[in-house]
Amino acid sequence: MKKLFNIIDQYKGVLPSALMVGIFMLIPILIIVVYSFMIPNPNGGGRTGFSFDFFQKLFFCRDLFDNLVFSTGYLKIFFRSMWISIIAVIVSLLVGFPVAYYIATQNADRRNFLVLLITIPFWTNLLIRTYSWILVLRDTGLVNSMLISSGIINEPITLLYTEGAIILGLVYTYVPFMILPIYASLERLDIRLIEASRDLYTTHWGALRYVVIPLAMPGIIAGSILVFIPSIGAFIAPELLGGGKNLMLGSLVQLQFSSGRNWPFGSALAVIIMAIVLIALLIQARNSRKNGTEIVH
Amino acid sequence: MKNIITLIGASALALSAGMTSAIAEEELFIYNWTDYTSPDLIKKFEKETGIAVTLDTFDSNETLLAKLKSGATGYDIVVPSHNFVELFIKEDLLQEINASKLSGYENLSDDFKNSFWDTGNTYTIPWMQGATSFTIDTDAYKGDIHTFDLLFNPPKELQGKIGMFKSANDVISTAQIALGIPLCSENPTEMTKVLELLKKQKEHVKIYSSDGILERLVSGDVAVHQNWSGYSIRAREKKASLAYAFPKEGVPSFSDNLAVPQGAKNYDNAIKFIEFMMQPENAAIQSNFAGYANGVKGSAKFFNDAMRNSPEVNPPEGTNFIFTKACSEKGIKLEAKVWESLLQ
Repeated sequence: MKKLFNIIDQYKGVLPSALMVGIFMLIPILIIVVYSFMIPNPNGGGRTGFSFDFFQKLFFCRDLFDNLVFSTGYLKIFFRSMWISIIAVIVSLLVGFPVAYYIATQNADRRNFLVLLITIPFWTNLLIRTYSWILVLRDTGLVNSMLISSGIINEPITLLYTEGAIILGLVYTYVPFMILPIYASLERLDIRLIEASRDLYTTHWGALRYVVIPLAMPGIIAGSILVFIPSIGAFIAPELLGGGKNLMLGSLVQLQFSSGRNWPFGSALAVIIMAIVLIALLIQARNSRKNGTEIVH
Repeated sequence: MKNIITLIGASALALSAGMTSAIAEEELFIYNWTDYTSPDLIKKFEKETGIAVTLDTFDSNETLLAKLKSGATGYDIVVPSHNFVELFIKEDLLQEINASKLSGYENLSDDFKNSFWDTGNTYTIPWMQGATSFTIDTDAYKGDIHTFDLLFNPPKELQGKIGMFKSANDVISTAQIALGIPLCSENPTEMTKVLELLKKQKEHVKIYSSDGILERLVSGDVAVHQNWSGYSIRAREKKASLAYAFPKEGVPSFSDNLAVPQGAKNYDNAIKFIEFMMQPENAAIQSNFAGYANGVKGSAKFFNDAMRNSPEVNPPEGTNFIFTKACSEKGIKLEAKVWESLLQ
């Protein structure tokens, strides 16, 4: 008994945060997990009971005639989401790395100012920022009308409601999450290492390849994961910029809770997205252990 | 900088002052479809009763169902469509209002006293009625607009410029009417035809969305869009070449209803609002704003000219209006399957 009090006494400092995590994170997740095994109610909600229906539903579906057939429908949605998220990560990296490098090489005052600039978009609501892209990209929008009036094209090119538009929306929203961790690791980079490598006759590219990138690796990995995680479950960009024509995972979950009226399946999908995120985080944790470099936030 | 801080402080004060006064007052929380509640109507109600109204909005019956089903409380008035009313009653989400005992009930038109979804108005009174076909830009297409062929077998000039609702029930009902298949069909062969039609149409569809229809039509982003008749009036007012179609195959139509959800905190105020809405003058204010018919007798004489003369409210002679239906569990499952395979 006394031992127990000792333990509580020892950890009382973390009690508030433990309560926060428990009430606002673990319990909701638990509810979702429980729901995913329930039997769907025809009008939403779930009946108590235990079913693995959702698992079967991922690979097989009952067609309109109620025959069980193998179906790649959900897998297609899954791979579409993965594909779009991975492209978004790559584009974010290509855009984010030079920006982070540029910021890291400025003097301290300028650096702080530039980092502030990076965060400015977050002051405006995400929904409004995404709607603005509609005005820019649509057939009668800024890009098309400029191209037409300058005589480069005659007919508007379809930019909006495409997968490209979704990727643009994701990159635009999440690229700061790529820039900031890379900046954090480049900021501590000793410029003399680059000078040393140049003294040893490497090219510009060589210095980047063998000195800068390896040292920025923890930031690159952290940034990639920070962009990948919200992209895989994204809802706003696919709905508004993708035209809702081809589902992604986030929209599929929403559909189960609205017209699909299958809350357990929606919950199961949410659990699957969480599992993907967890796997991504585990890979990162393993990597950073292997490299012996922990990510410093 | 100091100025800004004073400003923030002042507005925070003003905000908290506003909140305390709101708590002291009588309140009414309305949960209605987006862009569907006349601001003048709310102002008039607030002035006459001293009740402060708060408005929140949703985008589909399914959203309303999911929200109430999840146990959300705090709403005093909700607005389900006719084809969802029975379901809401069955799921025990609505309270009885016994409208026949309320003042002003004699003003309701007989059609809505004996509606198939709530005979005798135990739970609901009618709010607005309109059509759910489509709006088309007559500059983009010159021929006869009153056919669903334009949506499902679009001519060259409309291909890739079609907008559809993002609602399984609305899209599938329309396809069923276009094909001459009964609504809420439980026949897999018939539903396969629906899916084939929609899949073929998808190549020419630009977007599935029930939001932002007006902007897309007015900016010319789409040339045809599935639309509600009242909303089409507002699009036409911004762009004169937009017209509303009353397809010869039949026009899907709806009647939305006022109801009081279970757990409403201000039941008495909700009843006051329902009685208020059964007065012809007030129903007309709402019709003038939204561009839909209402179920209250004698309201037409309060219509403004724009409402009285608009082609969207005065369909061609012999138009066949078809009220969409509440599907059975089997019908809903088939619909959900068709919808998911369409969007995969």
